[in-house]
Amino acid sequence: MTTPETLRAGAGVQPAGTPPGPVLEVRDLRVHYATHGGDVIAVNGVSFDVQQGEILGLVGESGCGKSTVAMSILRLVQPPGRIVSGHVMLNGTDLLGLSQPELNRVRWRDIALIPQGAMNSLNPVMRVKEQIADAIEAHEGKQPARALRERILDILGTVGLQSRVYDLFPHELSGGMKQRVCIAMAIALNPSLIIADEPTSALDVVVQRVVAQTLLDVKKRLNVSMILIGHDMGLQAQLVDRIAVMYAGNIAEITPVQAAFDGPLHPYTQLLIASIPSIKARKALHVTEGLTHDLRRPPPGCVFSLRCPQVADECRAVVPLMREMRPGQRVACHRCELWM
Amino acid sequence: MATITVPESLTAPAGVNRWDSPWLNRKFVTGLVMVLAVLFMGLIGGRFWSERLALVASSPLNLPPAWVKDPQFIGATLAHPLGTESNGRDILAVIITGAPRSFQVGLIAAGIGILVGIVLGFTAGFMGGWVDNVIRTLADSVITIPTLALLIVVSSYVRVVDINSMALILALFAWAGPTRLIRSQVLSMRERGYVRMARLSGVPTFDIMFREMLPNMMPYLASSLAGNVAGAILAATSLEALGLGPARIPTLGMTIFYAISSSAVIRGMWWWWGFPILILIVIFSGLFLMAIGLDEIANPRLRGVQAQA
Amino acid sequence: MRGLTRQYVIRRLGMWVLTIWLGSTIIFAIPRLVPGDPVSAMVSRMSQSAGRVENSAEMINAWRVRFGLDAPVPIQYLRFLKNSITFDLGYSLGQFPETVSEMVAAAVPWTMGLLAMATIISFVLGNLIGALMAWAPTPRWLRRLLPLSLTFTSIPYFMLAILLIYTFGFGLRVLPTSGGYGRDLDLSWNWDFMLSIAQHAILPALSIVIASMGYWALGMRGMMITNAGEDYIILGRAKGLSPTRLFLRYAVRNAVLPQVTALALTLGSIVGGAVLVEYLFAYPGMGYLLYEGIVTNDYALIQGIVFILILTTATAVLIIDLIYPLIDPRISYQQR
Repeated sequence: MTTPETLRAGAGVQPAGTPPGPVLEVRDLRVHYATHGGDVIAVNGVSFDVQQGEILGLVGESGCGKSTVAMSILRLVQPPGRIVSGHVMLNGTDLLGLSQPELNRVRWRDIALIPQGAMNSLNPVMRVKEQIADAIEAHEGKQPARALRERILDILGTVGLQSRVYDLFPHELSGGMKQRVCIAMAIALNPSLIIADEPTSALDVVVQRVVAQTLLDVKKRLNVSMILIGHDMGLQAQLVDRIAVMYAGNIAEITPVQAAFDGPLHPYTQLLIASIPSIKARKALHVTEGLTHDLRRPPPGCVFSLRCPQVADECRAVVPLMREMRPGQRVACHRCELWM
Repeated sequence: MATITVPESLTAPAGVNRWDSPWLNRKFVTGLVMVLAVLFMGLIGGRFWSERLALVASSPLNLPPAWVKDPQFIGATLAHPLGTESNGRDILAVIITGAPRSFQVGLIAAGIGILVGIVLGFTAGFMGGWVDNVIRTLADSVITIPTLALLIVVSSYVRVVDINSMALILALFAWAGPTRLIRSQVLSMRERGYVRMARLSGVPTFDIMFREMLPNMMPYLASSLAGNVAGAILAATSLEALGLGPARIPTLGMTIFYAISSSAVIRGMWWWWGFPILILIVIFSGLFLMAIGLDEIANPRLRGVQAQA
Repeated sequence: MRGLTRQYVIRRLGMWVLTIWLGSTIIFAIPRLVPGDPVSAMVSRMSQSAGRVENSAEMINAWRVRFGLDAPVPIQYLRFLKNSITFDLGYSLGQFPETVSEMVAAAVPWTMGLLAMATIISFVLGNLIGALMAWAPTPRWLRRLLPLSLTFTSIPYFMLAILLIYTFGFGLRVLPTSGGYGRDLDLSWNWDFMLSIAQHAILPALSIVIASMGYWALGMRGMMITNAGEDYIILGRAKGLSPTRLFLRYAVRNAVLPQVTALALTLGSIVGGAVLVEYLFAYPGMGYLLYEGIVTNDYALIQGIVFILILTTATAVLIIDLIYPLIDPRISYQQR
């Protein structure tokens, strides 16, 4: 299937002449949630880049803050959460400093979201065609009816949906179809960056495969950059170029995906990889010791110090900085030289 | 939407949360105070003010309240601080005797309505099948029918003599709303985890109803009760205002009826209908606030949150 | 038609029939449950208010025959049902030889006009206010103003009506407080007449609108808040939609659905309240006619009016029920 003209031409790509650089630069992002016991530090100074045309995976256990990072980039954090500080540069523009109207212009056109629960993410009273048209017309103004229809049908085709979906209501679609409609909506304006927040978590294994394949196809055809959030390491391995591992609001390690599996440097990453069941060999169930700390009062040193099997005194006292240990592989750990 | 799994240490200390106890909910307490104030005035007032002044021809006619200096109305005196009306009744006495009667009607009618509603609602919710169909269809029908209209038919034939018979007549229609509410509550609770566990463990149905479900429904039931009492008082007062209430007993509604029949509104004798209406407004507002307050406790999402753009 | 399955329509029609039948049966049963037969009861009441009634024995017998009370009860019932369906509502006892149907037919347009207009205005306005109260971008000054509109929620229609009559009739004397139109006017469709109708309708309509608006506002506010956290709203924001579009087509459009259901459920009480409002304003609708019937012990009139009230309310609910699947696409797939 060829990429439709409309998508190749694109509406939201960088203007010609922009120097190649990372599509997204996140610097020292901090997000807190207010509770009556004090602020919960959900994102604790996170920094990373997304290069053009790459898929960055963002993994971690439940509650590590990965979804919050995604929501913060789009400035969708709801009270009691708030962005405390940091910079989010999309193609050179700091999203956190934009006014509301400017932000509305940038949203979807330059950066789009594939939400986690597609079950509920589609407006129940609007047909699929209207929801996609919504996004298009909000940014490009009123479109001639026939051209709009063709464009939407093309987009649906790109994600592998039949044209009959055009007229349907969300409750008439299956889970996988809904998720693919969300993907279709996201690519409608050909944004520079798509954030996919656990797009397959709510689906069964068979449908997961279809959706994951759709994501890959989309990425290949449009060469769009993506952040893929999830906790299924196996899926990440198939889709992403680089992977960022988060723990308790901090990034532990950012590394090309192959290196993450062959030679993880951060103890947490090592535990994650070790926990993946193998279809070939029997592995003992490895249970990590210790409890997660109170997120209102992170430990003075490394956040992982309470659970790390390699912990030393230095780890409990001093916060480790991100260091590039191998080309492209950055780790926040004091002791990683020991096992390099 | 991002969720943060929060370890145990972060949850509120064991103890009463502002949102979980009715006594700490501002709206509920305000409403309760209002209602109790009126009730109190009605019950205790008789000791301080002669109730016999509420009888016809017990007082001079058409006196305005004590503080009125308007030359149109003469005879203001402290002996009848809220004025009198053209049948010779003292307004203050009328309010003191009338207010508790309104409560009486409301509580009896709404009480019966809720009890019947619990029985029918649980039966329908639990038994399902054709029993549920019959009960639900019947309740929906009764709700659709304009009850006041039918009450008028009933009252015009059955000359209402006293408060209790009026309450019973109202109860004929008061059960439909609670039945619907309780039925839908039962249906949604039936599938909750703890109820299914109870059913699976063979706990007898009665126990499930009274030990598991009913306590969890309390805020809804209380809110519904407050609303139903208000509704019953409104229905009773409406009937009385049309002249269909008990003739010999002073009630707030009948007072309004006499006022209207004597054109008191156009004649400007505002105290005649004004004070009964004021008391009724306090009662209704109080019950309304109680219902909203209890609703906030029952439905956590309504607590002062706002939708973002 | 989209959303309307045959099963659904049949169910709704069945409810319509059931409601009307149930109401009619109650109307039929009540006079016959009272000790003594209806006619003697009527005569005794008439004699209470009018003194001795001449030739009461013959009158009672004649009326018995006229009302078919000489036949067994089941036959009476069937005749009653047949008469009701054909709108043969009998002769008015107070205004003989006018028939009840004639009197009701004259009053219906007034009630329908007043009720329909007041209900629609109050529903639209109330829901809009409630939605705005729950929407963060609403300017703060507007949001502070809105709860004022709710202060009248707990005041029953007729009490508000009394207050309005007092303020405008006795106090300010700017608006008419009685009747449906000026008495000295030409009863034809000219401009003066229509203006007069509009003027006379203002206060009665206002009583209903102000007193019922708050109920819708509160409910809508609750629904908007409940829906605010829904994923499709969040995605709508992420799409960069204009706040207006998000408000109308995503938030309000979904939150209003339960409100429409609530409208169908509360129509009965709205009609009841309107009856009292008409009585207070001497507005020439069914409410005032009903009051006249009560005062003159005109049981035929009372029963006729109540029957028509039940009929119109049930029909309005039926219409709402049939429209609902057109605005909520999910409904035909669910069991109601």
